[in-house]
Amino acid sequence: MTRRVKNLLGSALAACALAAAAAEPWTLERLMQGLAQTRSARATFVEKKTLRILERPLVASGELSFTAPGKLEKRTLRPKPELLRLEGETLTLERAGRSTVLDLRSHPEVAAFVESIRGTLAGDRKALETVYRLSLEGSEASWVLTLTPLEQAMRALVERIRIAGRGADLSVIEIRQANGDSSLMSVQRLPAP
Amino acid sequence: MTRRALLPLAVWLAALAAAAGIAAGARYTADLSGFLPRSPSPAQQLLVEQLRDGAVGRMMLLAIEGADAGARTAHSRRLAKALRADARFAYVANGEAAGSARERELLLEHRYRLSPAVGAQRFTEAGLRAAIGETLDLIASSAGGIAQALLARDPTGELARLVSLQMESGSRPSMAGGVWASRDGTRAVLLALTAADGADTDAQEAAVAAVQAAFGEAPGASLRLTGPGVFAVESRELIRGEAMRLGVLGTVLVAALLLAIARSAAALALGLLPVLTGALVGVAAVALGFGVVHGITLGFGATLIGEAVDYAIYLFVQADARRAAPERTRAWLAEFWPAIRLGVLTSILGFAALLFSGFPGLAQLGLYSVAGIAAAALVTRFLLPHLLPAQLRVRDLSALGARFAVLSRAHPGWRWLVLALAAGAVILLYTGRDGLWARDMSALNPISEESQTYDGLLRADLGAPDTRYLVVVRAADEQATLSAAEEVSRALEPLVAAGALAGFDSPSRYLPSRATQVARIAALPDAAALRQRLRAALQGSPLRAERLDAFVQDVARARRAPPLERKDLAGSAFGLALDSLLLPGKALLPLRAPASGPNAYTIDPARVRAALAGTSATFLDLKAEADAMYSGYLREALALSLAGFAAIALLLAVVLRSAARAARVLAPLVVTVLVTAGLLAAAGQVFNLLHLVGFLLIVAIGSNYALFFDRELAQGEPSPRVLASLLLANLTTLVGFGVLASSSLGVLRSLGLTVSLGALIALPCAALFSARRADGR
Repeated sequence: MTRRVKNLLGSALAACALAAAAAEPWTLERLMQGLAQTRSARATFVEKKTLRILERPLVASGELSFTAPGKLEKRTLRPKPELLRLEGETLTLERAGRSTVLDLRSHPEVAAFVESIRGTLAGDRKALETVYRLSLEGSEASWVLTLTPLEQAMRALVERIRIAGRGADLSVIEIRQANGDSSLMSVQRLPAP
Repeated sequence: MTRRALLPLAVWLAALAAAAGIAAGARYTADLSGFLPRSPSPAQQLLVEQLRDGAVGRMMLLAIEGADAGARTAHSRRLAKALRADARFAYVANGEAAGSARERELLLEHRYRLSPAVGAQRFTEAGLRAAIGETLDLIASSAGGIAQALLARDPTGELARLVSLQMESGSRPSMAGGVWASRDGTRAVLLALTAADGADTDAQEAAVAAVQAAFGEAPGASLRLTGPGVFAVESRELIRGEAMRLGVLGTVLVAALLLAIARSAAALALGLLPVLTGALVGVAAVALGFGVVHGITLGFGATLIGEAVDYAIYLFVQADARRAAPERTRAWLAEFWPAIRLGVLTSILGFAALLFSGFPGLAQLGLYSVAGIAAAALVTRFLLPHLLPAQLRVRDLSALGARFAVLSRAHPGWRWLVLALAAGAVILLYTGRDGLWARDMSALNPISEESQTYDGLLRADLGAPDTRYLVVVRAADEQATLSAAEEVSRALEPLVAAGALAGFDSPSRYLPSRATQVARIAALPDAAALRQRLRAALQGSPLRAERLDAFVQDVARARRAPPLERKDLAGSAFGLALDSLLLPGKALLPLRAPASGPNAYTIDPARVRAALAGTSATFLDLKAEADAMYSGYLREALALSLAGFAAIALLLAVVLRSAARAARVLAPLVVTVLVTAGLLAAAGQVFNLLHLVGFLLIVAIGSNYALFFDRELAQGEPSPRVLASLLLANLTTLVGFGVLASSSLGVLRSLGLTVSLGALIALPCAALFSARRADGR
């Protein structure tokens, strides 16, 4: 261990820092660590829902904001204004002047789904692995994390979720449902205010 | 025993057998019905029905505490599963999604009859375009789950609308681990409805036992139940236990007293004979008169011990032991029975006034006492003299009596002191008159305040309605009632929009009137027209009309389907809601007060009534009604007590053939009641109905004392033997009611305290006031 660290330090001295980081293998561990560094972030999103029954996708767009460890807000601006707020175990949806509160503990499918995004944003591997099998492909500059539900009941709803990103930033979240419908959300991180 | 004893003995045995038979077959209850009026106003009737037969009365609230959250969740699931399979429960909910699958199915199946959005406009080309556009927007958003899954069948989004309406209809419990939990997360909560009525205490007891058996043994976790039925079972247990404990304790103490003076087992048995006969006859009379015996009535059994044993004591102590047995009782009957008879009559008159009470609890108590006292007196008069052993050697208590006689020779100054005390009591009672009486029924409730508070907590946890505010609509039949409920719903909607109401429930939400259903179905076009309109409406939409075959088929099926009926909803949460909201000839629409904002937790009756103007509906605040009902009881009981007192005064005046003499008998009684009331008030007691009954009892018991003094003084000096018998009678009263005062039940305690204190004051008071006549001589 010490020898290895020494070796690493040695090579770090020999080469530039970026090269050293690139040299280290890109692992789930490192991805999660990197993601966990993010304390808060804001982003715009465009979400395309492709339903087999529809001729063309439905598009929604708006803003996302995340504050570690568990607060997530999705503010849709188009086609209809709507605010989805996740805090702890409570999911609040404000739409058309009405507010609906959902307790995640009573809706395990919704919870699993929400947890996939929140867990990824928070870099909470443990939380993710209670519900999904994780597999990572690509490099730090361009990675794809695939989440496959462990539970058969959940797989009947969501076949898999693929999250693509670069470093500690997410760029695309793709959710594939078992019935063939899917949703593709492109995320553009906004600079910290 | 002589041959002449055979007839009374035979009559007594026959009466006893009949009474025992009736009492054994009687129905005993301990639910709230004992506190509900016999001839209620319409509003009270509603209150009664809700508690007795309605879903409110069948509601059982369950809480699992202890252990950890995971274990509580597992227990909740296990318990709910077991109870759902139990026929004694009509409905069990613990928040599990599985529990609402049938409701979802019903909403989907009947969506075109249930959805308020369905109208002619909705199925025109423009209406379809707007509705489907909205659904697509919803799917594009984050809340599109249901809408997306059902797009092909339900493109206009009726189900999503109905589900969100259901979610609005009540505040929803918190969740932990997928089941309902308290807000603070320390307990899992469940809601169950028994199949049996809330008033059927036996069935409720079986249901409580079933819940406990289903829960079984859970290490570290405990189960707690509340609700009207549970409370009825608990109070019956409590009252049964108390009646038993007090009865045994009172009997043992009185028996010890009897043994001490009569010194023989035979005398003891004879002394208890009138008491036991009276108790049995009293219960039988109530069973015959009311059809059901309320537990509280049995609790008053102890009162009878204190009163009925006196008759035997008078016989034992007053009868002259120097004479032979037959001669002795004959002399006693001639000498003393008239005074005792008058005392019995005054007691009966006092209690008879209660018979006219609209409050069944009081009326039962009145009948029980009248029958019991009459039976005890008859046994003493006609049976005991025959059974009295020849060599009954009663302890000579003359010395005790002689010492007591001092009081009746006391200086007149003492009387003035007592009168001053009474005057002080009057001033105290008058100045404190506003806080003198309990304002609600809670004082009469045998359930502890802690349990009631816990029940309130669980209700808040579960978002269970407290049904305080109700709108009631009445109509001739079910359809007219539903139509009226729909009309009222339309009138109430603006109040919800304005924030004056958080919401309301209506039976028409679950079962629209036939007319409304027909109108909604009439708005559905036939398959060909629908296809054509869809094609036109969906021009340029990502959704193609060809994809909506399932929708067209569902609409066609809805057009053919028979109307939704009450029986279709049976066994579901909707059926249950309907059962509690749609009653024969009327519908109830519970209103919910806003939980926040300027009108938080209050509903302005004027505003609701204004909104209801022009409809046939009435607005009710049930808490206000219940409080009004209670103060009605109180006023009535007060009037009846005064009437009883007047009847006693009249009886005395007639029998004693002198108003002045009657007044002299009554004076110490009035003074006793005033001083007792003053002392209780000074000690911080808040009076309820039972204190009032206690005052009446003081008059009934005290009149015996005063009558004896009257009789004795008419013949000169009071005899030590008679005084001793009065002292003993007083002691038994103190024992009987003192035992009652030790009860954990508030009602019994109030009565026991009042009467024992009153009895303590009544005897010396009667003696002091008799002294006036001694002076006058």
